[in-house]
Amino acid sequence: MSLFQVFDIAGSGMSAQAIRLNTVSSNMANAKNVSGTPEDIYRSKNPVFQSVMRELTGGNTDTSGTGVQVLRIDESQADGQKLYNPNNPMADKEGYVYQSNVNVIEEMANMISASRSYQNNVEVLNTAKQLLNATIRLGE
Amino acid sequence: MSVINFDKILGNHERAFMIQSRRSSVLASNIVNSDTPGYKAQDIDFRSVLKKSQGDLMTMQTTRPGHIQSAGSQPMGIDLKYRVPTQPSLDGNTVDLNAEKAAYAENAVRYQASLRFLTGKFKGIKNALKEE
Repeated sequence: MSLFQVFDIAGSGMSAQAIRLNTVSSNMANAKNVSGTPEDIYRSKNPVFQSVMRELTGGNTDTSGTGVQVLRIDESQADGQKLYNPNNPMADKEGYVYQSNVNVIEEMANMISASRSYQNNVEVLNTAKQLLNATIRLGE
Repeated sequence: MSVINFDKILGNHERAFMIQSRRSSVLASNIVNSDTPGYKAQDIDFRSVLKKSQGDLMTMQTTRPGHIQSAGSQPMGIDLKYRVPTQPSLDGNTVDLNAEKAAYAENAVRYQASLRFLTGKFKGIKNALKEE
């Protein structure tokens, strides 16, 4: 029954989007982090998705489901912001601190996109659940 | 002795039902992979698959006179076809989320229609078996 696969597929999507939301929240929380050297700044993290073929369960020939998984989490290589703040204990000799390279506006857009995708997956799952429930009652 | 042959009674609806349930998982894959770079959206051509499934079916072998004939209902294989992209995207993803959601909803309704038809068939059998 392929409809059961929908649960796996939508579930994989939900967990991937949840990881994306996690990285977004981690980026947002660390957006204002500063460090003493440009190398040590917090770098914004972004997951890279990859589609993954569902393995068959129980040897039926029914393989069409393609789920999604997080392949890796990339760190942005952009430069952070250089701020003049000599009072900061982290400041270097010239009085500069280096802020993380997180772009808060980009992260907000990313967050909205991730939560919409998550909602889509939930809807897909709910529809599949309704169909299966109707199938259970078949013949009544 | 004649046994009730469910394959004959249920007809095409059972096959349609299988293809629709399969299609729902294909469309769900498209929706889930709407953010995956390089993913190509796929779909099942219902008409051609149904036509094909009427031809080559997996049937059980009958090697002895006592064996019951069965007209299989499981289609041999369902080919997936790639969707023609409506809009190019930089990451090579061809999923049009709105189109996929519409197709998924449509497929769900069709699935429910097949369910209705099957329920009707079963009701018919029940009526035939009941003595009034």
